[in-house]
Amino acid sequence: MSRQGGCCAIVLGVAITCAAAEASWIEKVPQGDQERANPYAKQTAAIAAGSRLFANNCAQCHGSDALGRGKRPSLRTPEVQQATDGEVFWLLKNGNRRHGMPSWNSLPEPSRWQIVAYVKSLGESIPSSPACATREKQR
Amino acid sequence: MAPDLRQNTPVARALRARLLPLLAALFIAMSCLAQEPPYFVTYSDYMEEPGNLDMTLKGVNGTPKYGNPFLSQTLELEYGAKGWWTTEVYLAGQHTSDDSTIFTGWRWENRFRPLSGEHFINPVFYVEYENVSLADKSLLEITGHDSVSDLLLTNAQGRSKTERSLETKLILSSKARGWDISENFIAEKDLNESDPWEFGYSLGVSRPLAMAARGKACVVCPENFSAGAELYGGLGTIDGFGLRATSHYFGPTIQFRVPRGPSITFSPNFGLNANSVGVLYRFDVSYEVEQIFHHWGEK
Repeated sequence: MSRQGGCCAIVLGVAITCAAAEASWIEKVPQGDQERANPYAKQTAAIAAGSRLFANNCAQCHGSDALGRGKRPSLRTPEVQQATDGEVFWLLKNGNRRHGMPSWNSLPEPSRWQIVAYVKSLGESIPSSPACATREKQR
Repeated sequence: MAPDLRQNTPVARALRARLLPLLAALFIAMSCLAQEPPYFVTYSDYMEEPGNLDMTLKGVNGTPKYGNPFLSQTLELEYGAKGWWTTEVYLAGQHTSDDSTIFTGWRWENRFRPLSGEHFINPVFYVEYENVSLADKSLLEITGHDSVSDLLLTNAQGRSKTERSLETKLILSSKARGWDISENFIAEKDLNESDPWEFGYSLGVSRPLAMAARGKACVVCPENFSAGAELYGGLGTIDGFGLRATSHYFGPTIQFRVPRGPSITFSPNFGLNANSVGVLYRFDVSYEVEQIFHHWGEK
C-alpha cells in the first residue's frame, strides 16, 4: 500500500471509529430515558449552578469551554447539542466506560440535570478534535 | 529495613527535610472535586476518572486498652487507568507513643468494574497484594480474628515479621434518591503461612446534604458536604466463621469538599465489643490531580 493510501486508510479508520463511538452511546438510550424532561431546562439559576458543577467535574476532560481536550470529545458537537436532555442525562448517569467516560451517578440527580441544562445552553461550536473535524468536513 | 524518622541519622534528617516540601508541592498541583463517598473502610462502585490521580492521606488515631496511643498515616495514590479499572498504591507508617515512628509496609490494589452502565446493584471486583509488617496499624479493614491485642505489640516486635497476603473484595453498591448504599465482603489469605482464609465485612450509607447546587459560588454550603455511617468488622476464618472473637466498629462520617480543592473526611468509630479499640478517630485529606499525564505532556 502506498504511503498516501495508508494515511487515507488511517484517517478513514479514525473517522469511522469516531462516528461509531459517538453513535454507539446514543443508540443505547432506552425510549423512556430519551423522553425524560429536564426539570431545570433553560432556568438561569440552574444553568449557573450547572456551570459550577461542570467546572468542578467535567472541565478537566472536556475543557472549560466544553470544546474537548486532547482525545476527550467536544460537548458542543451537533450530536450532543441535538440530543434530547434525557439522552444527555442518561449518558451522565451510565457513562461510556469503554471510551473513558465515567458514570456520574455519584452526583445527585438534580445536580446532573443542572449540568445538562448548562451543556445544552452552550450551543453548537466547531469541534476541537482534528479527527472529528476531519469527519465533519467529510459530511 | 525502613529508617526510624525520630533518629538523628543523615537519612532520617533528609527524609524529614524533604518529605514535607514534596507533599506540599504535590498538593499545589491542579485539582478537581472528587465524588467518593465519605467512607474509610467501605468501597463504593466509584472508580477514579481515567487519567486522574487521587492522593489521599488517611489517618487513624486510637488508644487500645493496656496499650499506648498510636497515630497511623497511610498515603494512598489512586489512578484511573481505564473507566473500568482503578489501581492504587498505599504506603503506610505509624507512630506509637513511648515507642517509635516506623514505615510499616505497602499495598497494591486494583478494582475492576465488570458491567458497563448503571444497575440496581453495581458490582466491583477488588484484588490487593499486601506487604505489611505486624506493626501496621492502618486498620484499612478488619478480617479474621483481628483484635485489639494485635495493637499491643511493640514496634520492634511487630516490624520483625512481614505479612504478605492476597486480599479480595466483592463490592456491591447501589444509588437511590441521592443515597449511596455499599456493601463489601472481604476474603484475605496470608501467602507465606498456612493460615486459613480470613473474612470480613463493611457496610456504608451516605448522602450529600443538598441534592442540587446553588447558582452562586459558595464554600461552606450543604452541597459541599456529605454525611453517612459505616459499620465494619471481622467474620472469622474458614475454620471458625462468625462475628465472635474479632473486632467490630460503627461510626458516623462527614465529608467536606472544598470547591476546586481537597476533600476532608472525619469519622469517630466506636468499638462494639471488648475485642475492639474504644474509639478510633479517622480522618483523611484527599486531593485529585486532573489528567496528570496530560499536564506533563503539555509541559
